[in-house]
Amino acid sequence: MSRIRDTFAELKHTARGGFIPFITAGDPDLVTTELLLIELAAAGADIIELGVPFSDPVADGEVIQRASERALRKGVTLSDVLRCVSNVKQHIEVPIVLFSYLNPLLKFGKDQLAEEAKRTGVDAVLITDLIPEEGGPWITAFHDHGIELIFLVAPTTSNDRLARIAQLASGFIYAVSRSGVTGERNEIPRDAESLVKRARAASDLPIAVGFGISTAEQVRQVWRFADAAVTGSAIVRQIESLADSPDLVARYEAKN
Amino acid sequence: MQKSPITRSEPDEHGHWGEFGGRYVPETLVAPLDELTNEFMRARQDPNFWGECNQLLRDYCGRPTPLFHARRLTAHAGGAQIYLKREDLLHTGAHKINNAVGQALLARRMGKRRVIAETGAGQHGVATATVCALFGLHCVVYMGAEDVRRQALNVFRMRLLGAEVITVNAGTRTLKDAINEALRDWVTNVDDTYYLLGSALGPHPYPLMVRQFQSVIGREAREEILSVTGKLPRALIACVGGGSNAIGLFHPFIADEQVRLIGVEAGGRGDSLGEHAARFHSGTASGGGQVGVLQGTMSYVLQDTNGQIATTHSISAGLDYSAIGPEHAFLHNSGRAEYIRASDAEALEGFRLCARLEGIIPALETSHAIMPAIRVAHELSRDEVIIINLSGRGDKDVQLVAGLQPQ
Ligand SMILES: Cc1ncc(COP(=O)(O)O)c(C=O)c1O
Repeated sequence: MSRIRDTFAELKHTARGGFIPFITAGDPDLVTTELLLIELAAAGADIIELGVPFSDPVADGEVIQRASERALRKGVTLSDVLRCVSNVKQHIEVPIVLFSYLNPLLKFGKDQLAEEAKRTGVDAVLITDLIPEEGGPWITAFHDHGIELIFLVAPTTSNDRLARIAQLASGFIYAVSRSGVTGERNEIPRDAESLVKRARAASDLPIAVGFGISTAEQVRQVWRFADAAVTGSAIVRQIESLADSPDLVARYEAKN
Repeated sequence: MQKSPITRSEPDEHGHWGEFGGRYVPETLVAPLDELTNEFMRARQDPNFWGECNQLLRDYCGRPTPLFHARRLTAHAGGAQIYLKREDLLHTGAHKINNAVGQALLARRMGKRRVIAETGAGQHGVATATVCALFGLHCVVYMGAEDVRRQALNVFRMRLLGAEVITVNAGTRTLKDAINEALRDWVTNVDDTYYLLGSALGPHPYPLMVRQFQSVIGREAREEILSVTGKLPRALIACVGGGSNAIGLFHPFIADEQVRLIGVEAGGRGDSLGEHAARFHSGTASGGGQVGVLQGTMSYVLQDTNGQIATTHSISAGLDYSAIGPEHAFLHNSGRAEYIRASDAEALEGFRLCARLEGIIPALETSHAIMPAIRVAHELSRDEVIIINLSGRGDKDVQLVAGLQPQ
């Protein structure tokens, strides 16, 4: 049984909105990432998105770009990220979604990744620059190992396309709240709600909304029309501002 | 491993040349790319579109460009007759304007008022700024800080033409980083913005579309050489950054099996990863010879063992890029085209030689093709012919080279 499906079933049962924090693996270092994952789970994260650092993150704004750079300067690789998941999965149950660009995964090999993801306890993979049309072999490889492949939909996605994506998607659908890159914003665009409505018409899968969701108030706003809210840059920016501190995790907890 | 060479190079309807090409983009860009593909396919069938495009290429840009018999280079090589396809004589000084005119016409058809572009050497940025001035479109050009420094003249030209030049400080501050920023801009401003990509790379339909607008080079060259010499050339030689001037020259000759197609990549200053921009170079430490995905397309990509995109080095900003257009990857694997490299030092030698012997100062990008062409010519007999694509003029590089000249 899919842990992600269970999570959303449980949320629905308790009439709660889901909270999905995003952090970049290896920012500022891998040990801190492990501690942060455990803390985020303890703090009530329903699912965690774990970013695989990449040299050319075209879908990301400056905050997550810098996080990627910090991790790459430490030499963090996909194998390290998988090891990190394997370590924390001994302590936490919360589903983990790897959030990555295609090239590092391509280099690792899709079958090997599917196997390793299974072995280490990764529940799903979201590949920012892989659209379903190019994703056939990945869908098959992950399906064979019980790893879910999450697809994005965007305000520019037509209804026809939404229907096609819905057919191929598993786990949940990730609705991008706005046309743009990741980064904190002052408000939730109206596009987001109408996109979620359109996605609901096309699919029974749960829908998470992300990109630009930066405050608790915005998270609550998203819960009014979607199943879960993803917060990335706002958390990554806090990690950045504390990154030089030796007791990052303790201070992160204190601030929250 | 010798395969029989292919005589056709057409992508499928999703822009795949075999395993290469396609669309590897964030979902937000799928709709604008579809819109662009549809408009391009319609325009391609529209005689009015070509009427206007060809008129601009003639009256504004100066097409057709001459095919010049380079007698002194020929004598120097001591072999085949060397001809230069003079793209350097075009308005703005390089082949980039061919593509900029075509795409600006598309932008206008699509009602987009804001045009963005990336640039490395600044030639594509200047070409885009130029057509935007002509059509009254708002123009924003992204350029890496390192390229802003080494191609300062072109930055000044773009600003004179009314473009906003945005300096990119990320990564290696070169072409790749400029493309990243342009993509981020596009994904944010999809409604009113046209992304005028400058080489035969990126997601479908760009590689196909840029080839279409650049293949005027090869069509003219084919006609010109046949009318002057009565026969086809034995080889075509062009430098390859993203690959637009090369594919523009090669494409109309794909079916002519006897014509060798030779692309010259930037060999930079060494063989190890980070020291060159030779994507097909498969030496142990080179990082080359690997298939990957960068900036929307599957092709050969310089990368490390973890799939992180490698930094590159070339003396020429326009060849200093980690990936290569997908059609070149296909032509490489099928054996139809050959790819070799020329180092920074060889490029400088070609730059000086072309200036001294022909009175033509080529761009540093173009200069990479000169010495390899001399070697190719040397091995052929005097009644044979080769063509070098003289993709651009070197005014923009004079200052940089002056700084290197021994006193
Ligand atoms: C004169 C000239 N030639 C060649 C290039 C390389 O680009 P491409 O490979 O697309 O022709 C450039 C790029 O800036 C250029 O300015």
